[in-house]
Amino acid sequence: MAFKLDAKIPEGPIQDKWEQHKFKSKLVNPANKRKYSVIVVGTGLAGGSAAASLAELGYDVKSFCIQDSPRRAHSIAAQGGINAAKNYPNDGDSVWRLFYDTVKGGDYRAREANVYRLAQVANNIIDQCVAQGVPFARDYGGYLANRSFGGAQVSRTFYAKGQTGQQLLLGAYQSMMRQVSKGKVSLYTRKEILDIVIVNGKARGIIARDLVTGDVERHVADAVILASGGYGNVYYLSTNAMASNVGAAWKAYKKGAGFANPCYTQIHPTCIPVSGDHQSKLTLMSESLRNDGRVWVPKNKEDKRHPNDIPAEERDYYLERIYPSFGNLVPRDVASRNAKNQCDAGKGVGETGLAVYLDFGDAIKREGRDAIAAKYGNLFDMYQRITDESPYEQPMRIYPAVHYTMGGLWVDYNLMSTIPGLHVLGEANFSDHGANRLGASALMQGLADGYFVIPYTLGHYFGSNELESIDTSHEEFEKCEKEATDRINKFLSINGSRTADDFHRSLGQIMWDNVGMSRNKAGLEKAISEIQDLRQQFWKDLKIPGENAQVNAELEKAGRVADFLELGELMARDALERNESCGGHFREESQTEENEAKRDDENYCHAAVWEFKGDNTTPERHREELSFENVPLTQRSYK
Amino acid sequence: MSKTIKVKLKIWRQKNRSESGHFEDYQLDTVSTDMSFLEMLDTLNEKLVIDNKEPVAFDHDCREGICGMCSLMINGQAHGPEKETTTCQLHMRSFKDGDTIIIEPWRSKAFPVVKDLMTDRSAFDRVIEAGGYISVNTGNAQDANTLPISKENADLAMDAATCIGCGACVASCPNASAMLFTAAKVSQLSLLPQGQVEADERAQNMVAAMDSEGFGNCSNHAECEASCPKGINLSHIARMNRDFLSSKIRK
Repeated sequence: MAFKLDAKIPEGPIQDKWEQHKFKSKLVNPANKRKYSVIVVGTGLAGGSAAASLAELGYDVKSFCIQDSPRRAHSIAAQGGINAAKNYPNDGDSVWRLFYDTVKGGDYRAREANVYRLAQVANNIIDQCVAQGVPFARDYGGYLANRSFGGAQVSRTFYAKGQTGQQLLLGAYQSMMRQVSKGKVSLYTRKEILDIVIVNGKARGIIARDLVTGDVERHVADAVILASGGYGNVYYLSTNAMASNVGAAWKAYKKGAGFANPCYTQIHPTCIPVSGDHQSKLTLMSESLRNDGRVWVPKNKEDKRHPNDIPAEERDYYLERIYPSFGNLVPRDVASRNAKNQCDAGKGVGETGLAVYLDFGDAIKREGRDAIAAKYGNLFDMYQRITDESPYEQPMRIYPAVHYTMGGLWVDYNLMSTIPGLHVLGEANFSDHGANRLGASALMQGLADGYFVIPYTLGHYFGSNELESIDTSHEEFEKCEKEATDRINKFLSINGSRTADDFHRSLGQIMWDNVGMSRNKAGLEKAISEIQDLRQQFWKDLKIPGENAQVNAELEKAGRVADFLELGELMARDALERNESCGGHFREESQTEENEAKRDDENYCHAAVWEFKGDNTTPERHREELSFENVPLTQRSYK
Repeated sequence: MSKTIKVKLKIWRQKNRSESGHFEDYQLDTVSTDMSFLEMLDTLNEKLVIDNKEPVAFDHDCREGICGMCSLMINGQAHGPEKETTTCQLHMRSFKDGDTIIIEPWRSKAFPVVKDLMTDRSAFDRVIEAGGYISVNTGNAQDANTLPISKENADLAMDAATCIGCGACVASCPNASAMLFTAAKVSQLSLLPQGQVEADERAQNMVAAMDSEGFGNCSNHAECEASCPKGINLSHIARMNRDFLSSKIRK
């Protein structure tokens, strides 16, 4: 069932594509919309905004989330802000510049037409959110404030303190709850997706497990939307929430949806380092800190003195040394890789040796403690709460951590996967960030997809497809439910000796060591074989207490780890096949003489799209060729 | 510098909503003071699983103090002893070697226990559903800067909007009142011009939903404010009362 990759990019100049496409798209008349039902998986920025907008149009929406309330999706933890090309600061921004910066920031591995549309609708997002009552920061005149972020030379980021994700999410959640009150959205909380049901080639439903009762349920609809987030937790430690998982997307892949660029992961340079084996997750410290903090390690790796006792001439401010023009403000991938290099060379600091200093001493001397506190006070407090050290008194210790995944299910211009009727939004899809995402762009994409793209393209799908009338007694539902139940019973029957977390930690270590910030052929091949072994171990030696018919967190974790054990191998395989460096994907074999990432546009200017071919069978790699007609291909340099 | 401490835990165990619960005692001998409180519970759970016992169920997700999923009464205090700190951000260095720690779920009629330390807080969603929004459809909005809002009001609205919906206010209140939660949303929206159009109905409908969910009344104990991990203050309750009363008069 080889699939055809038709991106369905509209004809015409890039500025007109979306307008023309909307005009040419089929419509569903208002009276008929209420006859269509849609399942939306996930209630983050993408899922929440889609559920609200589709219900407003009249569709019958079923919204699923894993938490106890839709308001808790992990979009809530985004700190910094959301980009838009409003040009309120009068500093030369435009839709074209936002488009250009995003394509370049993604290291020329995103689809131009999608990125342009993203930049076009970004301004509508800000308008919509303000109308909902999102309390963005404002200046004394009462107008909206902006700040600057990495990868851009204009101030285009809107923010609500360090809690922008929270405020945008609550805006979407509230809009969705309004539709719940009108009976247009039905909420299904504490549910985990176990399968996607395909009937006659079209996505028509899901199998879900109720996390309180253990019941395995069937849900039917006319279309399915996955807005289930990224897969960073494959590394065990990441800045993702504990329950973030790849389950729904992975089941879709195994049902025939192409998985694009799984190796593109973003490793964020400024996170609080691991403190010990008990570590369950990592916490980000906003990128904005690098505006005033100086990154350094001791010149002498034997130097174990307290950082305050090491004089300036015995410190190596390595980013300033290697990148004199960008200094501490190099992009995320460059900063992360350099921190790793220093630690690999034995110069890492702290008890574990896996950290570098981010020092505010000079900034405090220059501007005063109060000025620094006004900028970063809440971050310094959070750092102190976790580490018990004050960044006012001594340098922060930071280390890179997995933060975001640019890869995801392949979608066409309509955000539809290779399975008709299965649409994918937000971090779960692959389309807009290429090989590296710029700061403040994730919130923009999630909301663009949910508020302003899917309401049009879903109507087009319904308007141009005949859907047969089915219910959950259809044999395909029966079959999928049985498979899901069998898998649960299998987990419970293994009765081995290792916990799901234990396996997850082992997988995370393999991924971090071999499919992390720096990758090479030997390491990737090793990772593939180690993951295969670990997967076998897992199915032989997993230990889960209790039963299905109750809250069983260990059973939930087992299902997620089982998926990660398959995804991890695909990520390594994708990284192995992509023998170039681009954005967050650094292949040691492909670097410039100065050890910087070197793209290979000749051979790799495409999205790699993987097709599932059966368990323990090598998947097939397809390509979507990427053409850059509006932003010329150039090599990034930050020297 | 990290060190390890011994702690004795008394944890509420309850199989499900309908069965009655009880305390069970556990001992942990090597708890790193660098661990978060939830990582300490992870350690306990991993031990229990290895010993073929059922782990303790508790709610958690982001573990960075923003999703509002974690809860826990720790030695009688919602989210434990540190001010403006959620349970997931509480660290074991806040405890001493040899301490006994009593861990209970939120206790309120409106938040029934699901299992052990997990409770059902969907009543909060229903309070929001009753009016905690501005009725604007996608696509209706005008340019964001056509509506200037004083910085003072925008900042006050942000202070209210910072609520994470964890329920500590309800759990701490002797009346199990949800006034602080409800008021934070009513207040946020009524401070903004966009929210004025529906202000009267919003205050009335949300208060009615709060009452029908079984939350108690406010009698000014201020325990909610003291326990709020986001530092939301009582003045929002005063603003909601004002909105509520004036809407009654206008009606």
